[in-house]
Amino acid sequence: MSTTTAHLGKVAAPEKSVLEQVKFAELSSVPALLARNAREFADAPAYREKEYGIWQSWTWADAAEEIEALALGLMNLGVNEGDYVAVIGRNRPYLYWSMIAAQMCGAIPVPLYQDANAEEMAYVLGHCGARFVIAGDQEQVDKVIDVQEELHQFEHMIYLDPRGMRKYDHTRLHEYEHVQTQGRAAFDEYEKELKRRIEKSTWDTTCVMLYTSGTTGKPKGVVLSNSNIVLTAKNSSEFDNLQRDEEILAYLPMAWVGDFIFSMGQAMWTGFCVNCPESPETMMTDLREIGPSYYFAPPRIFETQLTQVMIRMEDASNFKKKMFDYFMNHAKKVGPNMLDGESVGLVDRLKYAVGEVTTYGPLKSALGFSKVRVGYTAGEAIGPEIFEFYRSLGINLKQLYGQTEAGVFITQQPDGQVRNDTVGVPSPGVEVKIGDNGEVFYRSPGTFVEYYKNPESTADTKDADGWVATGDAGFFEEDTGHLRIIDRAKDVGKMSDGRLFAPKYVENKLKFYPDILEAVVFGADRDTCTAFINIDLTAVGNWAERNNIAYASYQELAGHPEVYGSIASHIAEVNKSVAQDPMLSGCQIHRFLILHKELDADDGEMTRTRKVRRKIVAEKFHDLIAALYDGSTEVSTVTEVTYEDGRKGAISATLELRDVEVQANQKMAAQ
Amino acid sequence: MNTSVEPYTTEDGREIGGVVMEMKNITLRFGGVVAIKDISFDIRQGEIRAIIGPNGAGKSSMLNVISGFYTPSEGSVWYQGAPRPPMKPYQIARQGVARTFQNIALFEGMSTLDNIMTGRLTHMKSSMLSQGLWWGKAQQEEAEHREIVEKVIDFLEIQTIRKTPVGRLPYGLKKRVELARALAADPKILLLDEPMAGMNVEEKEDMSRFILDVNDEFGTTIVLIEHDMGVVMDLSDRVVVMDYGKKIGDGSPDEVRNNQDVIDAYLGVAN
Repeated sequence: MSTTTAHLGKVAAPEKSVLEQVKFAELSSVPALLARNAREFADAPAYREKEYGIWQSWTWADAAEEIEALALGLMNLGVNEGDYVAVIGRNRPYLYWSMIAAQMCGAIPVPLYQDANAEEMAYVLGHCGARFVIAGDQEQVDKVIDVQEELHQFEHMIYLDPRGMRKYDHTRLHEYEHVQTQGRAAFDEYEKELKRRIEKSTWDTTCVMLYTSGTTGKPKGVVLSNSNIVLTAKNSSEFDNLQRDEEILAYLPMAWVGDFIFSMGQAMWTGFCVNCPESPETMMTDLREIGPSYYFAPPRIFETQLTQVMIRMEDASNFKKKMFDYFMNHAKKVGPNMLDGESVGLVDRLKYAVGEVTTYGPLKSALGFSKVRVGYTAGEAIGPEIFEFYRSLGINLKQLYGQTEAGVFITQQPDGQVRNDTVGVPSPGVEVKIGDNGEVFYRSPGTFVEYYKNPESTADTKDADGWVATGDAGFFEEDTGHLRIIDRAKDVGKMSDGRLFAPKYVENKLKFYPDILEAVVFGADRDTCTAFINIDLTAVGNWAERNNIAYASYQELAGHPEVYGSIASHIAEVNKSVAQDPMLSGCQIHRFLILHKELDADDGEMTRTRKVRRKIVAEKFHDLIAALYDGSTEVSTVTEVTYEDGRKGAISATLELRDVEVQANQKMAAQ
Repeated sequence: MNTSVEPYTTEDGREIGGVVMEMKNITLRFGGVVAIKDISFDIRQGEIRAIIGPNGAGKSSMLNVISGFYTPSEGSVWYQGAPRPPMKPYQIARQGVARTFQNIALFEGMSTLDNIMTGRLTHMKSSMLSQGLWWGKAQQEEAEHREIVEKVIDFLEIQTIRKTPVGRLPYGLKKRVELARALAADPKILLLDEPMAGMNVEEKEDMSRFILDVNDEFGTTIVLIEHDMGVVMDLSDRVVVMDYGKKIGDGSPDEVRNNQDVIDAYLGVAN
């Protein structure tokens, strides 16, 4: 090998790559798993990405070569052991490789949320002291350049897509491919050192650092070790009997622990192929083309897909609509039972088979779920109707309960024991206990090492015996042994008369209506509960179109009297159902308003994973809350909004406040 | 403004070369109507050149002269250092001049992809028969052209609508597809006839970004007609101002903005 040919990008391949040279005693790290996969499954597909309209693919052998070249290139740029390497961008094979290459160099990969704004990014980059950043495209590069003055440790940035950056100052900027080319050319120079660093890795070496989305306060860096990731990947793969021919679509944020476990941990452990969509917008088309066998999505995505199906069915011909309704009713009756392996009559089975040919099959195909063998949803509660819809089609959708600190899995539902109101039994290797105040605690091989540079928080969350407080209140059902989660432990409060206040419980019930996108319930330390509602523009907009209701903006539609009417009737129904439960009957909603803007992460009202930041919403809209409790029927307000490009504006609105029918307290009714 | 014909580099680092096309004393008559009166200006390699003016000033006629759709009654168009003889529009297209239209001119029933593929037409060498039968060289040729078209699709970020019939697209996207088709022809000079007409602010911003990106990435020379003054002043290196078929101003956006004739033409003159 001569270095003189380096500029041509053609370097003869080394006789034996570094990964082939290293002798791994155990499969105790991602590079060790990569070496095994490259050796044993060399010609099987490892990664695919749709680019220029075609699915490009890399075998395990290809991937190992690319990753090693990048690792050598990173060493050439000066990556040291213990450095933090931030990775920012949409799901792409190259970025997954970046994380493994960083691990090979003895550095710690830190994936970041790609839609974070520059300040959020500055905080995380500053906190972990990243010396290197690997960014997907110009947008991400620009954000880092914007804040680089504040980042004292930041040195070099590597980018993937060179578009628009030809004229950037390249003293600290490097193109991904060039880094690899230089790495290949410098094989002889760094071969021994890279081998030494890979061999140094143990079960306790940090595998990855993931920042929590930060529902409260600043994000915290969760340190996960090799044993956390590898053992969790092993246990969870065995739980669902994942195989090497599994296909998954990697489309959820790379900074999220779930994606790291599914697309990195489990993919490496079992050796299945990770498919990356062409762009976030084409995800649905790509999903259909790939037809994953193992699929994960938050409830929101299942909701959106169901809404789209229903809207399109409205446009279908009469015959098709009738057929759809008929077979869907049948599916609801027997589908879930058949999935759980219970006995179902012959006639019903035959009818279901006809439905499969005429309705369920085509529908699953259109949704991209034809081949789903194991599907999971988590993060938020899923509406019972939505959950049942997918299960009745024969899609094995299950729930799991987890968090970043656990390396995802705390509890999950085994096949055949799936219900919409529980989150299943403890995952393999996980111990779960309920504290005196109802809080859920767990201990597992996946339990995180610590919060980076934050011993107080670590001590608050994890005790000396390794039990971690989840912050969620829940209980085990006596007859089934399944865990049920009520709410965030700190959100479960008391009303002024001492009754239990569990806002999330009510909000989830409200969000199950397709025209309600978000709900925020208030009532801690007050006599009654009230709510903010966000309408779902797709569903309500469609309804408006059908009923010839003209509207020019979200705000106008949100304020429409008929919309108010239908939301009020939903809330009245929810009140009825809440009143059933004597413990929670105080949480009935007495008054509500429909917000004039969608709650948005750019305005800080939600986290990037789209969880409502209750406290910030309460502070920002304090005037509206006051109006809900002072009995007025109208309120004027001005709200600051942030546009996607960071500019600010203000919208003013006059909102209507409405009373809703509530059920008498059962105790009082009995008197 | 840089008045010499020596190549220079703009403040934002783009390289502007020598004169690539020159209008010499162009006059265009339709019967007794004089649409363009004795206009001369040049277009330099790599620059964004705008033509502005009130309605009926003769801007679109000027663009049609550049694209070769109209042959000037007097004067001549010099292209790459030599006078251009009268030609059919397709011959001019082969010389590397592509355009978009003020009123979208796409094939509504065809998909975005197929529409953009038509932009490659002037580069296709296999015969109509072999293309029709999709036999022999035509197969390989289509794959090559498809690759170029896919790069354009990627560049303009329209992957989601690749297979969507153009008739179903909103206006702003149709405009982008039209730009894609023009780009697919791999032009040396790109003529844009009111690329932002009828767009909302966000669509205008997107389109401006794409125009700058095209110019920056491929070094394509761009001639555009536009009514939105903000856009014109932000985008272009040099501006020609027309009124009643005559040239009343020519220079950098700042020079044009302060030109008394231009102000009079736009705001009217107090009598």
